[in-house]
Amino acid sequence: MGVSRIMGAETEYGVFAPQKPSANPTVLSAFVVNTYDTLFKQELAAQVEAQWEYSSETPLDDARGFSVARQDAHRSQLTHESKVLTSEDIAAEALSQAGHFAERIDWDAVTMNSILPNGARFYVDHAHPEYSSPETSNPRDCVLWDAAGDYIAARTVATIEGVAATEQSAMPVVNLYKNNTDGKGQSYGSHENYLLPRDIDFEALTQALLPFFATRQIMTGAGRVGIGPAGEKAGFQISQRADFFERTVGLETTIRRPMVNTRDEPHASSEKYRRLHVISGDANLAHSSNLLKFGTMSLVLNLIEAGAAPVIILADPVSAMHTVSHDLTLRATLPLADGGETTALNIQRSYLQAARALEETPDTATAEVLDLWENILDALEHDPLSLAGTLDWVAKYSLMLGYIKQGLEWSDPKLAAIDLQYSDVRPGKGLYHKLVALGRLSTIFDESQIAEAAANPPRDTRAFLRGKLITTWPDEVVGANWDTLSVRNPLSVDLHRLQMGEPLGFNAEVVEPHLGLEHADQLFEILNG
Amino acid sequence: MERQQQQAQQQMSSSAPLEQSQLQISHQTAEVNQNLVSEVDDILAEIDGLLEENAEDFVKGFVQKGGE
Repeated sequence: MGVSRIMGAETEYGVFAPQKPSANPTVLSAFVVNTYDTLFKQELAAQVEAQWEYSSETPLDDARGFSVARQDAHRSQLTHESKVLTSEDIAAEALSQAGHFAERIDWDAVTMNSILPNGARFYVDHAHPEYSSPETSNPRDCVLWDAAGDYIAARTVATIEGVAATEQSAMPVVNLYKNNTDGKGQSYGSHENYLLPRDIDFEALTQALLPFFATRQIMTGAGRVGIGPAGEKAGFQISQRADFFERTVGLETTIRRPMVNTRDEPHASSEKYRRLHVISGDANLAHSSNLLKFGTMSLVLNLIEAGAAPVIILADPVSAMHTVSHDLTLRATLPLADGGETTALNIQRSYLQAARALEETPDTATAEVLDLWENILDALEHDPLSLAGTLDWVAKYSLMLGYIKQGLEWSDPKLAAIDLQYSDVRPGKGLYHKLVALGRLSTIFDESQIAEAAANPPRDTRAFLRGKLITTWPDEVVGANWDTLSVRNPLSVDLHRLQMGEPLGFNAEVVEPHLGLEHADQLFEILNG
Repeated sequence: MERQQQQAQQQMSSSAPLEQSQLQISHQTAEVNQNLVSEVDDILAEIDGLLEENAEDFVKGFVQKGGE
């Protein structure tokens, strides 16, 4: 009970090179991933040098994009997990579509997959760079390590900008956007992952999730200019993603997207656990929207596990999802299967009431989510615009209304540009960041906490071991995955593997006392023993 | 030039709230509304200073491949 639960967030960033709009997005994504991979390894190397009291060179001065990524040591970061595209595939694609960029790149040494010091994974997912947060144990941490991904994305963009400005680089400046659509019919995801007991009844899970997913966007939507997948109609809607969902349940994530995704890879002990892979949410920047997303979901999963979820059967969950997103009054009625009707606010209130009843003695973190949920629903009912300083979609909508009052039409490209630029990860350019800097949008974590989470793993999950392995013995890691790690002692040929079936295991309490060992295989011997 | 004008406007508006808060005592309702209006204008001025130069080109050029 309570909001504590193993969870994680995935963000596929929109990737755009303003001077080369037609640049191959997979090439750009590989460039992004390699730049950060190089950056953090240079910083690690500089730390080691500093420990040995060598001259204190500035690590950033050495940032040269791919030139450093070629080092053999970096290949140790490639996991044995099969990648969607090999470097050869990418090179072939790059040469056919962006040959003038590709010739300067040593594609054999391109890192498509980087495990970061904070235990996250930063990799090329088809045509987007994707940050998968480390496993966290609660919603607040999940919000923090998700924001850490945006911080990493922003540092990467700044590094690329610096390299492009100071030397003859073959690669253009690249900007990243934490949104979910280009407004022209394409969508990319921000997924949530939650650990569940294996024995949960999937049919009951689906039935309880559908009305929740159709309506939670009134709190967690990121706002969007344009109605319909390609923005066929002018206007504003609550969710970035809603229009891209076409059916209730299914395995796919890229075509005929289902509200409930049935992918079943637990990345943990498959006898004990199931992973719920949620693909229907928006990418959130506002901390409160994100806390509501992870927090209420965890509470709803408690309801489902306890068999205490409210029984609400929508006549058509998919069209309800679209209706809710398009209705800025929050008063639209949603037909029920039994002939009645309800509203998004009523559905959310039913889940909140059930959660209040189930969580009889909530801890602080749980009480925070329950109270926030209730306060937000009250405010949405009485005056949605009062949440302009709290929720993504209202912040964006409120800003747009200012321009509408000045006489702009919803079809004006300026509003579409504002929609995109809200999600620009650069602190000096992104409008989310600007609203925060102006004190117009509240945050839960400050910049120093986010920077700390970008460099360090959570202390209470197996991500701690993964992150510390990368920072302590970077040259000894042969493979790193969510639930397995392999290392090799430089003086031996033996490969040492460690299975991490328990996401709460291998945490700081277990691992930290041994980080002074000379080699990683010695640590594995202790942990495997 | 435009940027200088904007900065000057921002500086002016940052000294405005003091006077307005004094006025609010006698004409509370009206002054609150006035405050909101100028606040929104201030924000839009700040946002305008950040926007991509050619909105139409930017929006047109921002083409993504589907993901996931």
